[in-house]
Amino acid sequence: MLATIWFLLWILLWAVYFILDGFDLGAGTLLPFLARNDMEKRYIYNASGPFWDGNEVWLITAGGVTFAAFPVAYATMFSALYAPLLILLFALIFRAAAFEFRNKVHCDRWRSFWDLCLVLGNFLPALLLGVAFANLFRGIPIDADGVYHGTILTLLNPYGLAGGVLFVLMFAFHGALWLEIRTMGDLRDRARRAAFAIWPLLLSMTLLFIALTAMYTNTFNTFRSHPVMYVALVLAVAGLIAARLTLGNGAMLAAWLSSALFILGATFFGALGMYPNLIISSIDPAYSVTVTNGASSPLTLMIMLGVALVAVPVVILYQLWVYFAFARRLSPEELASDHAY
Amino acid sequence: MDVILLSRLQFAVAVFFHFIFVPLTLGITVLLAIMETLYVRSGDEIYKRMTQFWGKLFLINFVLGVVTGITLEFQFGTNWSRYSAYVGDIFGSLLAIEATVAFFLESTFVAVWTFGWNKVGKKMHCFAIWAVAVAGNLSAVWIILANGFMQNPVGYTLRNGRAELENFCAVLTNPYAWGQFFHTVTSAWMLAGFFVLGISAWHLLRRNESELFRKSVRIAAPFTLILALLVAAAGHHQGTVVAEYQPAKLAAMESHWESGSSVPMYVLAWPNEDARKNSVQAIPLPGVLSFMAFGNFHAEVQGLNAFAPEDTPPVLLSFLSFRLMVGLGGIFILLAAWAWLKRGDLASDPRLARLLTWFIPVPYLAIMAGWMLAEVGRQPWIVYGLMRTSDAVSPVPASSVALSLLAFTVVYACLGILDIYLLIKYARKGPTADTQDSVGANGATDALSDNTGA
Repeated sequence: MLATIWFLLWILLWAVYFILDGFDLGAGTLLPFLARNDMEKRYIYNASGPFWDGNEVWLITAGGVTFAAFPVAYATMFSALYAPLLILLFALIFRAAAFEFRNKVHCDRWRSFWDLCLVLGNFLPALLLGVAFANLFRGIPIDADGVYHGTILTLLNPYGLAGGVLFVLMFAFHGALWLEIRTMGDLRDRARRAAFAIWPLLLSMTLLFIALTAMYTNTFNTFRSHPVMYVALVLAVAGLIAARLTLGNGAMLAAWLSSALFILGATFFGALGMYPNLIISSIDPAYSVTVTNGASSPLTLMIMLGVALVAVPVVILYQLWVYFAFARRLSPEELASDHAY
Repeated sequence: MDVILLSRLQFAVAVFFHFIFVPLTLGITVLLAIMETLYVRSGDEIYKRMTQFWGKLFLINFVLGVVTGITLEFQFGTNWSRYSAYVGDIFGSLLAIEATVAFFLESTFVAVWTFGWNKVGKKMHCFAIWAVAVAGNLSAVWIILANGFMQNPVGYTLRNGRAELENFCAVLTNPYAWGQFFHTVTSAWMLAGFFVLGISAWHLLRRNESELFRKSVRIAAPFTLILALLVAAAGHHQGTVVAEYQPAKLAAMESHWESGSSVPMYVLAWPNEDARKNSVQAIPLPGVLSFMAFGNFHAEVQGLNAFAPEDTPPVLLSFLSFRLMVGLGGIFILLAAWAWLKRGDLASDPRLARLLTWFIPVPYLAIMAGWMLAEVGRQPWIVYGLMRTSDAVSPVPASSVALSLLAFTVVYACLGILDIYLLIKYARKGPTADTQDSVGANGATDALSDNTGA
């Protein structure tokens, strides 16, 4: 029971990370398509300005909670996904450096270099997270000792790649909406047009991914035995449709929130499908790490739950306050400030 | 090279590089909080400009500390999966709590502080830097509690083939961890003090912004001196903790081979690990090692030969790290006292001013040596007495680790050089000229209006 609660919280943490850092990942990926000059690029940097670091902590927390609540799963997952995780880390390191360093030296080549880092530092994590999670949904070749019998190429199967493309599109859409909300002028128009253009692609990819999920994974069997799980799929589809409707009406905040709902639903859809497994072995189902045999001791789970119930609401409160205080449309004055990126 | 050595090297690269940025963050946020409080209390603009100048250097330093920290968290899973599965029940929960109670607070309020100069009230802004200072040091509590578990495992029971949590209070009150915490945090604060003194001295010699930097020195000089004394006190205390809980580490760092009572400390010594004795030892201080370890000149101190060779840490590295750290610790007190005596005008003694500037990297070296001792001296154990480092490594191919080690080394070296370049550039540039936020000062507004249609 306690382990199942942590499984749900574990999915929720990843979902919140995808929702919050997702717009940074998407906005950065879109930079070469949307920004036409230095000032517009800086708008994109500063649209993530006060948020990206706090958003990234949700990744650290998701990683930490995997470690704390499901140590065996953490150990197996992270060592099996060695190469993609390290590429993800390097990408995030370069992304952070791009934010902090780009505007510190006034030289075109310096700036172009960090722009490239920002784009790759956002695009690669989006792609790799998608590939990694799709492979987890499907199962990876681990043996009874949790040793991974594959290479990085094993992960680049059709389903894994579909997951990667889905994540890139999902975050690009989310990021385009965010840029529409936070920027002005031509850049804002382009961001809106990008959102309109990405939506049909995202819809098609979502439908394809659902079909592939039915083909390659055990998800729908799990759902049939726990029909309440269909809620995740319903939320995802509702979010995606609502995003398009609100986007059409020009209600951008509502569109962004709908996109967030889509991400939430999609994350739960994929991850719940693994239940009761956390890591599915494609070699033999008996080798899978389950929510029960992969979990920490009841005492640890209990203490962690206590900490989470007290601390996380406080975190959410002050992060919300920061969003309300800072997530207004960027002004030229703000970008001219000495403190802007 | 085998996967164990490669993984250890990779962890060493990742953790040492991370810890280039952490101590300055821990200490300078406290100094920034003091400076900004002075600004809010007095309303004197000079303290605002002071806060902004040192704040800029803090932020350049901060970002690499953040991102290299994620690497460390992930490394336990990628490279030390056997370890993670074995102690994750305890160790993992400490990391998760660190993220939840400290990292969110730190990252969120760094953003409020960085971007909030004109957006939130003065008091709120000052609160933000205090929150950052508290959160950074709070994260040190949790990570050192986690490291403390590796050094002196407590509050666990062996069940289901792994170490499971039995008594959370014991983990939180681990005496080893708290000794290490105070030694680490005081040294980090002291490092930040020397950082401020060194850069202030550089500007004071050039008569640049003399008032601002004189006032910075007035804050940093007593701070640094007090901290240098506390580092030594906390260090001595930690030595007695090591003597109690990790006798093999104590013997290695002192290069002490044969057990006995009334053990002297040798001013000059050089260990010979093959012969398992000192090849050189001279100028004994009678009973001093017994006294330093146990507060009694006649106390018995176990020597390295009391342990099986496979249970003793590398002696030379532990010994040299310890001597380097302690030697520098003495120099810190002398130099901090000298700077404190001249705090009214550092430039009146150009030798001191130049020395302080060149001295900025030295506390870093001492801190690295301290961690070298803490981690190498714990070997061959990853969790002292419970799990060997050689049993902890992930079942990943050595080639993967070799490749990632190479990538870490190259990437970190490049980023480190860039970061130091930017730090030096902005440290030299000095405070910005105007006290107001430089709205439109660089023509950015004009450039913008051409293309936004605003």
